[in-house]
Amino acid sequence: MINFDRVRTMIQKEWAEMFKNRVVLFTVVLMPVLFTALPIIMLSVMGSSTTTSAASASDIPAQFARTCGNMNASDCMQVYLVNEFLLLYLIMPVMIPITIAAYSIVGEKATHSLEPLLATPITTEELLLGKGLAAVIPAVVATIGAFAIFLIVLPLTGASAGVRQYIAGPTWLLAILLVGPLMSIAAVNFAIFVSSRTTDPRVAEQVSAILILPVLLVLFSQIAGVITINVPSVLIASVVLIAADIALVMLGSRLFQRETILTRWK
Amino acid sequence: MIHTERLTKTFNVNKKLAPFTAVDGLTIDVQEGEVFGFLGPNGAGKTTTMRMLTSLIGITTGKAVVNGFEVGKDDQKIRQTVGILTETPGMYDRLSAEMNLSIYARLYGVQNPSAVVEKYLRMLNLWDRREDEVGEFSKGMRQKLAIARALLHEPRVLFLDEPTSGLDPEASHLVRDFISELKTEGRTIFLCTHNLDEADRLCDRIAIFKTHLITVDTPEALRKLLFGRRVAFHLKNVRDQFAVLVRSMPFVKDARIIDDTLVVGLDHPEDENPQIIRSLVEAGAEVQFVGELRHSLEDVYLQLIQEQRS
Repeated sequence: MINFDRVRTMIQKEWAEMFKNRVVLFTVVLMPVLFTALPIIMLSVMGSSTTTSAASASDIPAQFARTCGNMNASDCMQVYLVNEFLLLYLIMPVMIPITIAAYSIVGEKATHSLEPLLATPITTEELLLGKGLAAVIPAVVATIGAFAIFLIVLPLTGASAGVRQYIAGPTWLLAILLVGPLMSIAAVNFAIFVSSRTTDPRVAEQVSAILILPVLLVLFSQIAGVITINVPSVLIASVVLIAADIALVMLGSRLFQRETILTRWK
Repeated sequence: MIHTERLTKTFNVNKKLAPFTAVDGLTIDVQEGEVFGFLGPNGAGKTTTMRMLTSLIGITTGKAVVNGFEVGKDDQKIRQTVGILTETPGMYDRLSAEMNLSIYARLYGVQNPSAVVEKYLRMLNLWDRREDEVGEFSKGMRQKLAIARALLHEPRVLFLDEPTSGLDPEASHLVRDFISELKTEGRTIFLCTHNLDEADRLCDRIAIFKTHLITVDTPEALRKLLFGRRVAFHLKNVRDQFAVLVRSMPFVKDARIIDDTLVVGLDHPEDENPQIIRSLVEAGAEVQFVGELRHSLEDVYLQLIQEQRS
């Protein structure tokens, strides 16, 4: 039976520490700001240019062009380019929790605060849930918040109604509201897994960052025209991520054995 | 309060190597309200024993019951009802002293945590520094805070691992005084320490341990067991004939002159001293003063560890 008071205490403790850690705070604040500014700047530049979009329309992969439906070539090109930025919004829910989790778990190990913590009545499930949520919630909030700002600013960039409709449509919403949180959960559990093998939070962070590779793979695959990010592909990614999350949660819990942590994590 | 029966812990360090035994067949009984010293050299298995008794790690074989709860079966209840001071305080350096204690008070489910936190911060003279980050605290202040953390949920059994390790004499004195206070409150204290003087002052009984239990008794009984009781007679005019005279008395085990002092081995000096003094005075000795020679606990410890090695 999970005691949610203890989980809440863990989350509050993690956040209290997080807001005092400049490295973590920098990542949580800077990344959303940067990743929101980039597509806004790009759309503003494209909106003020009348020739670029049309001239490059022939560069759109045929598979993606089908996604555009009744859009004109210029709008389709904008959607194609902006769609690459969707992946930035999927990097955020991976990088932010990895940074937080790397410091919260390996950091706790490095400062020897894990032993007195494990000596309290907190169960392993409560501990992992508290630490996990403390890392996932800021990442999801930052991603959704950044996306909301992007949507609010979007009309000011000169993006057409078709482009705005596409960005506020099911592909982006499903990706940000479903795939993002699922990726955050995977990232936290992967960070716990990596933490069991490292002693330095920075090493844990860097090794855990390997989880960005699948996102980058999707990005380059879309540029190469191998895959198209649309509702079916987002749903398939969600199913895969749910399976990965279950596997990683089980692996994380299995590796987070109190005895192993106290006697072998050096 | 704490009972162990053939408690054993082995670790499988490497698949190729045989398991390493850290604790081998430990059987002890610690009574309620007792301060029980657990002494041993580095790597003897003291911390492993403490971790087993606080349900931080499992038992390989044997049995341990703490505060009425069995290790391995009632781990959650054990963690809820015992307090532990780990060898390294492990505080959250970026958080304030008050926040550090408040987190633990809530994890232990303490009713009215802010009042309890205030009580202990005031008790340990840290109330004025409650909003300061613990990272700015001295080692002694951190140790005091860690002791307060172990007490927030008012445990009847306390496990203290090296409570004065690395502290300056003043801070050590302060921590020792605080432990003495806890003793008067009737709490059971299991004290792992390298500081033999501290163990001598604080403990009702001590166990000397190196993977397995070497001996357990009161510090006085251990002194007596190893060295017997010796009384020093300071005479103004010490002469060999006085030693011969004393040695001839039937209850005297040994009598020698060491540094102008007549040192006599006795079983019951309370009864035998007056007879010796009378005989010495009758023989012309001028007795200035008489006192019992006490071996330090360090002598006892070193003797036992050496015997163990040989």
